[in-house]
Amino acid sequence: MSETTLGGIAGRMPKFLRRADPAVATAFACIVILLLVGSLYSRSFLSPEYLLQQLKVASFLGVIATGMMLVILLGQIDLSVPWAVATGAMMACAAAAYGPVGVTLAIPFGILCGVAIGIVNGIGVAYLRIPSMIITLATNAVAQGLMVVYTGGFSPQDSATAAMRYLATGFAIPGVPNAVIIWALIGAAMVFVLTRTSFGRAVYGIGNRERAAYLSGIDTRRVVMIAFAVSGGLSAFGGVLLAGYASKAAQSMGDAYLLPSIAAVVLGGTSILGGRGSYLGTVAGVILITLLQSILSVMQMPEAGRQIIYGVVIVTMLLLYGRAPASR
Amino acid sequence: MKDWRYWLAEQRGTLLAFAIFIVMFAIYSANHPAGFTANVVQTAANKGVLLAFVAMAQTLVVITAGIDLSVGMIFTLTNCMASWLVIGTGLETAFGVAAVLGTGLICGAVNGAIVIYGRLQPIVATIATGAVYFGLALLLRPVPGGSVNEDLADFLTGRFFGVVPASLVALFVAVLIVWVPFSRSELGRAAYAAGSSETAAYMSGVPIRRGKFLAYTLAGLLAAIGGLFLTFFTYTGEAAYASGNAYTLFSIAAVVLGGVSLFGGKGSAIGAIFGALAFRTIGDLLFVFDFDPLWQPLFQGVILLIAVSLGAFALFRVRNRLEWFL
Repeated sequence: MSETTLGGIAGRMPKFLRRADPAVATAFACIVILLLVGSLYSRSFLSPEYLLQQLKVASFLGVIATGMMLVILLGQIDLSVPWAVATGAMMACAAAAYGPVGVTLAIPFGILCGVAIGIVNGIGVAYLRIPSMIITLATNAVAQGLMVVYTGGFSPQDSATAAMRYLATGFAIPGVPNAVIIWALIGAAMVFVLTRTSFGRAVYGIGNRERAAYLSGIDTRRVVMIAFAVSGGLSAFGGVLLAGYASKAAQSMGDAYLLPSIAAVVLGGTSILGGRGSYLGTVAGVILITLLQSILSVMQMPEAGRQIIYGVVIVTMLLLYGRAPASR
Repeated sequence: MKDWRYWLAEQRGTLLAFAIFIVMFAIYSANHPAGFTANVVQTAANKGVLLAFVAMAQTLVVITAGIDLSVGMIFTLTNCMASWLVIGTGLETAFGVAAVLGTGLICGAVNGAIVIYGRLQPIVATIATGAVYFGLALLLRPVPGGSVNEDLADFLTGRFFGVVPASLVALFVAVLIVWVPFSRSELGRAAYAAGSSETAAYMSGVPIRRGKFLAYTLAGLLAAIGGLFLTFFTYTGEAAYASGNAYTLFSIAAVVLGGVSLFGGKGSAIGAIFGALAFRTIGDLLFVFDFDPLWQPLFQGVILLIAVSLGAFALFRVRNRLEWFL
């Protein structure tokens, strides 16, 4: 039903639009609608400063969603994002307390802690064949437990290093926030890996049918494991950036990123069953989610309303183009 | 094979969970300063029953090879709701209880409708509906508060005849009223069949959609009973994100400990109940051994990690490597 109407519309569209994934096109259309709605509400909504500010906020989610997308392309899911983010932030800040060596190694150390969480996930999923949803929930709980023990249940007192603050809030190129540059670099690397390397092709292959990928000579377990390690590392890096942005780490700083990161990837047209999706869609999804959040907060929507709108939007978008085929 | 051996093979997970619970509870009560008294049992039962209800809810969905990541949020939502409605005269209280349970049914039905008729992946769909339910809970209780009919609350959290914890009796009644008829009904068997092999069940004309829908709906009801009991224990409603999430997480741990297969089609709610009670007891073991409470989240996380890793032992029996990939 929806496919025929989409096809009908597509027939009347210019060629370059017709080739685009309908999900990605929908996501971009929603971004335009959101911008229009926002500009009706406030004049400053379309100003370059505001849009750059939104892009900067979006880049934290963008870094985290990049890792999530890699895992979702495999047909798995990473629910350890909240505490991978918090662990990355806390460990980077903690390292900063150990003199000049600690300060220089703060960022790599934070990322490494995230990679460690990702490797545990990867071993569980790839080698022990535990459903990813379960093992990542478990590692999330363990990471939370470790951080609670480490911090004594309070937000840690150590603050972010100057380098972390520079990465999150500085301007290496005048006018363009560093966080946006970082997201662009990570995004470009991800596009290269997904489309130009055998690893990337293997990710799509495994997402379509792991058995077939294995039989065609791919070491599927290693690929899955690396993907989870990358996802953990990127989550932690997102946490490092967030800690730089807020200049310290906090207990539940990652909770607000699990649902949006999954939503961004899925709204961008990546199949939750794996094997299908483009990074451009994820970019659209991240910007869409960030704009939605921003408009809701400009409208002074309370947290309750935001959660409800979030959930409804995700379910609606999924119902539009994320449905599984009917059994027959 | 004799009949009893079939029975034993079918109930192995449940019996194992029961054994784990008995051993853990023996260690717990033997080391408890007050020993094995009615008071200790009552406190332990009241804590365990909350998780047991949520775990039962999770079991119903997991049996259909799905997962409900919104159970904890339904639990939180109904808690907030009960703190408004379950109050006043007997009739008002009864109406409030009915409204709370009805809300649970509706939440479950919405999940079921989206997952089955909307054909969405249960993971993402229930994460999203969970956000909606939590938002509604926040609307009802922006700050913790409210109250509950204390006579009813004290009655249901106290003891019958001075020995039997009332909450355990309520759990037993819920099993008798919800689980036993469900698991023996045609639709209950359909839910099992759908979890075991959806295609085969569909081909044989089993009403899989109605079976799965009933499972999701009843899961909402059981989570609501849990939320009601939370209100009876705390006398207040609170829209706590962390606690809702923790209950979702622990319900999965309890289901795994209770021998319910996450791939669907295997296990029983009885097993999940013992899994939940065992999980709670293990978590509380730290207290009787005088550990710092700060270690509890880590301890529970490690237990969860070990519990889910135990399933990996089945890999040693795999002869053909292709069986790794389901």
